Amino acid sequence: MREVAVVSFAQSPTTVEDARSEVEILQPVLHQAVERSGIAREQIGFTVSGSCDYLAGQPFAFVMGLEAVGAWPPIRESHVEMDGAWALYEAWARLQHGDIDAALVYAFGKSSTGDLPKVMTLQLDPYYLAPLWPDAISVAALQARALLDAGAHTERDMAEVAARSRRDAASNPNAQVSGDTSADALLQEPYVSTPLRAHDCPSAGDGSAAVVLAAGALAREVAERPVWIRGIDHRIEPHALGARDLTTSASTRIAAAAAGASSDKIDLAELYAPFSHQELILRDALGLNGQTAINPSGGALTANPMMVAGLIRIGEAASRIARGEADRGLAHATSGPCLQQNLVCVLEGE
Amino acid sequence: MAQRTAVIGVGQTKHDTKRDDVSMAGLVREAALRALEDAGLSFADIDAVVLGKAPDMFEGVMMPELYLADALGANGKPMLRVHTAGSVGGSTAIVAASLVQAGIHERVLTVAFEKQSESDAMWALAPKIPFQMPLVAGAGGYFAPHIREYIRRSGAPDHIGMKVAVKDRLNALRNPFAHLHMPDISLRMVEESLMLWDPIRYLESCPSSDGACALVLASEKAASAAPNPPAWIHATAVRSEPIGMAGRDEVDPQAGRDCAADVYAQAGISDPRAQIDVAEIYVPFSWYEPMWLENLGFADVGSGWKLVDDDSTALDGDIPINASGGVLSSNPIGASGMIRFAEAALQVRGMAGEHQVDGARIALGHAYGGGSQFFAMAIVGRERP
Amino acid sequence: MSEAAAPESVTMMDAPIRLTYSYTPGVAQSEFLRALTERRILGQRCSTCEQVYVPPRGMCARDGIALEGTFELPDTGVVSGFCIVNIPFAGQAVECPYVSASITFDGADIPIFHLVQEIDPAAVHVGMRVQAVWSEEPQPSMQTIRYFRPLEAADA
Repeated sequence: MREVAVVSFAQSPTTVEDARSEVEILQPVLHQAVERSGIAREQIGFTVSGSCDYLAGQPFAFVMGLEAVGAWPPIRESHVEMDGAWALYEAWARLQHGDIDAALVYAFGKSSTGDLPKVMTLQLDPYYLAPLWPDAISVAALQARALLDAGAHTERDMAEVAARSRRDAASNPNAQVSGDTSADALLQEPYVSTPLRAHDCPSAGDGSAAVVLAAGALAREVAERPVWIRGIDHRIEPHALGARDLTTSASTRIAAAAAGASSDKIDLAELYAPFSHQELILRDALGLNGQTAINPSGGALTANPMMVAGLIRIGEAASRIARGEADRGLAHATSGPCLQQNLVCVLEGE
Repeated sequence: MAQRTAVIGVGQTKHDTKRDDVSMAGLVREAALRALEDAGLSFADIDAVVLGKAPDMFEGVMMPELYLADALGANGKPMLRVHTAGSVGGSTAIVAASLVQAGIHERVLTVAFEKQSESDAMWALAPKIPFQMPLVAGAGGYFAPHIREYIRRSGAPDHIGMKVAVKDRLNALRNPFAHLHMPDISLRMVEESLMLWDPIRYLESCPSSDGACALVLASEKAASAAPNPPAWIHATAVRSEPIGMAGRDEVDPQAGRDCAADVYAQAGISDPRAQIDVAEIYVPFSWYEPMWLENLGFADVGSGWKLVDDDSTALDGDIPINASGGVLSSNPIGASGMIRFAEAALQVRGMAGEHQVDGARIALGHAYGGGSQFFAMAIVGRERP
Repeated sequence: MSEAAAPESVTMMDAPIRLTYSYTPGVAQSEFLRALTERRILGQRCSTCEQVYVPPRGMCARDGIALEGTFELPDTGVVSGFCIVNIPFAGQAVECPYVSASITFDGADIPIFHLVQEIDPAAVHVGMRVQAVWSEEPQPSMQTIRYFRPLEAADA
């Protein structure tokens, strides 16, 4: 496989944005990512994005995003109706062909336009499940309940995740939610959908992010410390909630092994866990043993722009490695109800 | 370097107005199983699945790869879902091929579909946004002005669009999977059909179809074990341009020209008319055939209509276009681009049945989408590149 | 023993979806929409390629750069493309047949989409000059221009 590195990353602060449109939020982020990469726009051989029509409430939402790219003369461009982490995967694969050396990946989405937990219901089986309108919070709560019943984790464990995330987010200017709090304090709060409390769930926020990937020699030329993608893999599980074990994440384990994450020290892990109990499941699946800093950015519990948060995990991990705060890290992205689909990316600084 | 990749399996559903005999899962499986059978494989042999379709609002299912993972045997495998508007069927095939070309996988299943009967496609294309003008009555309303402009520029006679409409529906009679089978089709019938968006008549427009198409892409090693002849990928390319930019030529888009130039360069084609034996191009409204003939370099600017007029693009002409019946005969929107690539592959494999073009060795598959801004193309060949 | 009738297969089920969305036109388009309430047309020029966008988008799609500043354009322009719509559809505002056109305001480089009325559809042609007909109570919406009517002046 050809060596490919993350050479720049930019994101917008996750907020509820009532003034700017998706593309107005995206444009400066794209501009920053390209500028920071040291690679001229004309040198970028492939551009690919992630976004979702149902989030925007209109079809062909991704077409708007292209207006921010400056796609003239015409460019090689593609789009996945998925989180930008999968767009990054497509770009990484395309760079393996050897004819181009740089790719631009971006993602955007406004979750505040609609009632997000209800919108997410439309991801479910349209004949058997969606017509019952189980919203995303309730569906996640089913998984949390199963996890607690399995015995290895407690509500306090979940509250610890939430408290730690909020404290860490205080040093992240892009986080939507942060605060100095403790598990004790959070456990006093009422349930929103048992056993989930409000802080166990993500807020709905709007955002965008972009990453520039470069291969081999170009990466070394433009980046002070290229962050190499040592392995990247993703897997999906059966859709029906009753058809799989919701308390483990088999696809995360398989993807991690295939990406080569199982061995060697991992300094930090940015895990896309929009619900606190999901971080516990992912840590188990990845065998993270306490030596690894989990979600130093505050994670998706503190900023969850749908379609972007997975790409942000990769960007946050890569940025810390590029700055020399870590050498080897892991970034994870998820899609679908109760961690149905998972992507794992192993990153290592030069 | 990009690894040699081939299409070793092709599958389609019978495309129809309403496939109420299958759910969405059933629809995609019908195509997938046919492609696997053609390739001599089962789901267990597949390394990854790439799904493609147009806007989710056409069915009312958000991110349907999640729901369809089971139906497509994707448990424990990588799965992607591509969405590039109307060109999606083509770009999905290109993404699937890319994974094999990258050396990541040996065998990739790719499926593109649309089950438009489950929702309301016309509504889905134009939701009422409060501050915008609810104007465009369907895709035809968007493209009709460009057709008008082509007619004005080229001086093409009025009957050209109708001739294409008849040709494609006659071709479709030889394609058991095509949606429209109109044995009585004639110029007169087309002319007398309702004018929808002047100058596009009802019978010059594509139908709204439920349907799916599937391909199995394989590495050279996996292709050597395939029971049926492979269609080797000689070239793939995609190009996009912005929709709201001044100076665009929507009659002869630059992105289309650049995309064609890319695939031709990769495949060593300098004279498309002479070197390409058959082409499946995305013609949703009949006049797009002469327009794309020019954009693709089969004819000089202003002369595309002459190839229609002198029957060059007929099944027995020297550059048969849409031997399958094309988008004019079947249009499950998300699948249509992949059907073009699939039909091109069938031609060079010698497996196109009654609509086979004799001796086809090199074929072009073409798809476009959005405001004539997204293009996906591939050249496939009987010989290894 | 009586035989119960075999149940019919279910081939279709109704599963209504109702979702409410708030759409944001964005900063640039909001300025344009507010100007419409004053019967003013705003455009925005790209500092690099000099093309004038109507409505303003806050960026140039060709160059990928952010744009600032708007200026007023006249409410007259030219039909740069059109078709005659003859197909009824749900939520249609106007009776068929009607003319749906791209109209490029004087001084702009990209068109808007709107209606052309007060003329036999068969007489509409590319290059004809038109003027906006405003509604009595202007709203921040493209619909506040009711339609465009032909101008008597010589065609562009």
